[in-house]
Amino acid sequence: MKVEQLDERRLREVALTPDEYSAIVDQLKRAPNEVELGMLGVLWSEHCSYKSSKALLRRLPSSGASVLQGPGENAGAVNIGEGWAAVFKIESHNHPSAIEPYQGAATGVGGIIRDVIAMGARPIALLDSLRFGPLPASRHHVDGVVAGIGGYGNCIGIPTVAGEIYFEDCYAQNPLVNAMCVGLVPVHRLMRARAEGTGNSLLLVGADTGRDGIHGASFASVELDENSSQRRPAVQVGNPFLEKCLLEACMDLAHTDAVVAIQDLGAAGLTSSVAECAGRVRGAGARIDVSLVPRREKGMTPYHVMLSESQERMLVVVQRGREAEVESIFQAWDLTSAVIGEVTDDGCLTVVDGGREVAQLPVALLTDGAPLRRLVGVAPAQRPALDLDELAPLVDPGAALLRLLASPNLSSRRGIFRRYDHMVGDSTVVPPGGDAAVLRIKGTRLGLAMTTDCNSRYCHLDPNLGAQLAVAEAARNIVATGAQPLAVTDCLNFANPDRPEVYWELEETIAGLAQACRVLELPIVSGNVSLYNESSGESAIYPTPVIGMIGLLEDYGRRLEAGLRSEGDFVLLVGSSHNDLGGSEYLKVEHGRIAGRPPALDLTRERAVHKLMLAAAGGGLLRSAHDCSDGGMLVALAECCLLGGIGVRCPPVQSEGPVRTDAAFFGESPSRFIVSVPSRAMPEMQTLARRHHVEVTMLGLAGGDVIEFEGQFRVSLAEMRQAWEGTVT
Amino acid sequence: MKFGVLVFPGTWSDRDCGWVVDQVLGEQLTYLWHKDADLKGCDCVILPGGFAYGDYLRTGAIARFAPVMEKVGEFADRGGLVWGICNGFQILCEAGLLPGALIRNASLEFRCQWTNLMVDRNDLPYTSQCAEREVIRVPISHGEGSYFADPATLSRLEQNGQVVFRYCDADGRVTPGANPNGSLHNIAGIVNKRGNVLGMMPHPERCSEPELGGTDGLKLFRSVVESATRALVS
Repeated sequence: MKVEQLDERRLREVALTPDEYSAIVDQLKRAPNEVELGMLGVLWSEHCSYKSSKALLRRLPSSGASVLQGPGENAGAVNIGEGWAAVFKIESHNHPSAIEPYQGAATGVGGIIRDVIAMGARPIALLDSLRFGPLPASRHHVDGVVAGIGGYGNCIGIPTVAGEIYFEDCYAQNPLVNAMCVGLVPVHRLMRARAEGTGNSLLLVGADTGRDGIHGASFASVELDENSSQRRPAVQVGNPFLEKCLLEACMDLAHTDAVVAIQDLGAAGLTSSVAECAGRVRGAGARIDVSLVPRREKGMTPYHVMLSESQERMLVVVQRGREAEVESIFQAWDLTSAVIGEVTDDGCLTVVDGGREVAQLPVALLTDGAPLRRLVGVAPAQRPALDLDELAPLVDPGAALLRLLASPNLSSRRGIFRRYDHMVGDSTVVPPGGDAAVLRIKGTRLGLAMTTDCNSRYCHLDPNLGAQLAVAEAARNIVATGAQPLAVTDCLNFANPDRPEVYWELEETIAGLAQACRVLELPIVSGNVSLYNESSGESAIYPTPVIGMIGLLEDYGRRLEAGLRSEGDFVLLVGSSHNDLGGSEYLKVEHGRIAGRPPALDLTRERAVHKLMLAAAGGGLLRSAHDCSDGGMLVALAECCLLGGIGVRCPPVQSEGPVRTDAAFFGESPSRFIVSVPSRAMPEMQTLARRHHVEVTMLGLAGGDVIEFEGQFRVSLAEMRQAWEGTVT
Repeated sequence: MKFGVLVFPGTWSDRDCGWVVDQVLGEQLTYLWHKDADLKGCDCVILPGGFAYGDYLRTGAIARFAPVMEKVGEFADRGGLVWGICNGFQILCEAGLLPGALIRNASLEFRCQWTNLMVDRNDLPYTSQCAEREVIRVPISHGEGSYFADPATLSRLEQNGQVVFRYCDADGRVTPGANPNGSLHNIAGIVNKRGNVLGMMPHPERCSEPELGGTDGLKLFRSVVESATRALVS
């Protein structure tokens, strides 16, 4: 059959191009039938095939001494010692959340939890990186997404411990919802979703299959337009209670050795989970009988069953003959399970409906057959430049501080995270609100630090540098708790890559990520790419490479928090400051501009500062530590005061030096921390700083209930708290 | 002594309560399953937090029909210690073991935060380690924790001294500002008339080790252990 003969509308429905269709016909040496076309459509969607980004993603470093599992599985895994592996991944649920914020966010959380479960790990923490358009217009997105995250996470009983939320015009039509999950598993029980062993059974467990979410993956692979709300049926509905039972039953599977593999059913449902599971084993195939799939509704065709994205389902590969043993574990939790097929050795995914064959496709064609798209990147027109000499001087730093603290991008997130259970599990030893969260690992002294970060304004102004800064900031957040950064998961959110300037952003971002991760020795072990985050050709999002990072504390008893803790402590600025106002929050809030080059980053310096910080933290010299980034030194200092409930008294900031007063207070030079040090530890701290060749500046003394820079300004904690806590709720 | 921690599908504080009993207190622990037909000789049954059966209908509305709940009722009638925390409190109210109901927070939002509690009674098996009118810090984590009862029930509770914990400020003042969920009379926890069945919304198992931010919850667990020891001696 020639392409011309195929209804173009039909091709559009499955989101395949005429060229891709030709490639299918070439390789199959026949035309695919309806079911096969649907299956190929979802697996060849950008969301599943990464056809626009795959070639670039290979440039990212993914190996390291502690890596147990890199990209390609349900989640990445690293060895954290004492017999434990940390399993983690971040994933986007942007398109569904734009259309149906509550369920979009909820099912995003549910999906990432299943990815971690599939590795055999118990999920211990959730993080969420969110981007919205400005309030109040985005109120419906914010409320729905926050309620959805809470609705799912609170009900299933996994603490939501960290994350970020930023507001920028470019996200008004395309909010971003990136959910990250971290889990723990004994190293020897880490699982891989590989369909090993011809004749082994494929067990489908959890929810019955309905007609929901059909073509969700394809929907996530196109731009949103005025008709997108009609795609609401492509958004699934979450059932956290069912997933809680599924979670516990999967944990109980550790009691048997009859389970070969577990695979999440996410985007593209049964089709992708079976194909991916088989695709990971050379020569493996699978045969499934859709008539055996438990269904939620009558009248479903094989096409519906294969493409359904009904939530809370898992595929379990079970040793032949031991199905009853495994099914009894699910029965104990009142969960439905059904053997729906078996592993084969013919390299094909064969679908039958009772006795009738309805599809047969080579697994390799499904998982790796999508022709990679050769896109061209072209640098866009220069971003707006910033001439510091034209910038009006800072008149009243205290008033500017209050305005910055009230800025939605800097204000307290308490109004958000108090809607999330961040304590369940009895492990959260550094709660949300500071730099990174830290969870203790029960039965050990280990602490696992975790964070998500990305300043997309920097990425907009310079995607390469912005990506490097995102990695550096995430690492700083980890280091601020006293933990050693360990590994990364990334969620790359971009606009339409078919536009050369967007593809250029993607190329530059990946180059920057690779560079930063190499120098800081941070392998990227899992991740996700979300493209087409723009609406009808306008309002494209900034490049937003969200970095999820974990780090390790050998003894969580040595963890640090951001708040000042003791009157009389010395408050120090660790690291060097420059005239870094480009892309800063100060520039946006006080001068209404998004311009200039983001702060320059010297990754070797960044590393040196981390080493100093970890040596000082390990030596017990620090009483508190806080990353100095968005809003600059003064905002970071204010946060130290607000979180600790203690003020600080400082000598004036000199304006004669090379650093301007506005930049000294609000510039966003990277590689800096604010720490507090008891007076007795000062000599040792200074010696240590010299040894690491890191500049350390004395800011002032902790105490009282105001921030004061003598002769310059004075603001009370009460005023600051009012500004800081009133904005985002 | 032996604690039994009851697990319904959807319960999630079971392991936290179990951790405190087993690892922090070093007492005997057994998990009780919602389908169990006996309480395995436990001296105190804890109904922990969570969303039993998803709580899609009404909190605790389905859990009260679980097979094990009949045994819990009989145990309570015999004077056994039954301790409902968060979802457990909601279930005890639905089961009629405690009066009143827990409704949606006044803010209409979930709240996870630290609260201060005034201990109104320290003569109970759950609070004997607390000082008279002591203020303890215990976190809450719920969307439906606003205590409600009709005026007659409420005045009976007050007259009988059945209110055990009230939300208060750090100085022990019971004020509207200190009330995180709109509970009537700032009620955070109540007992039955006999004093053996306690329901409370705050989570003592989340503040029983210093690294979690406080240890006031441990006072309640220790009170229970101490009361059991006393019972054995007497």
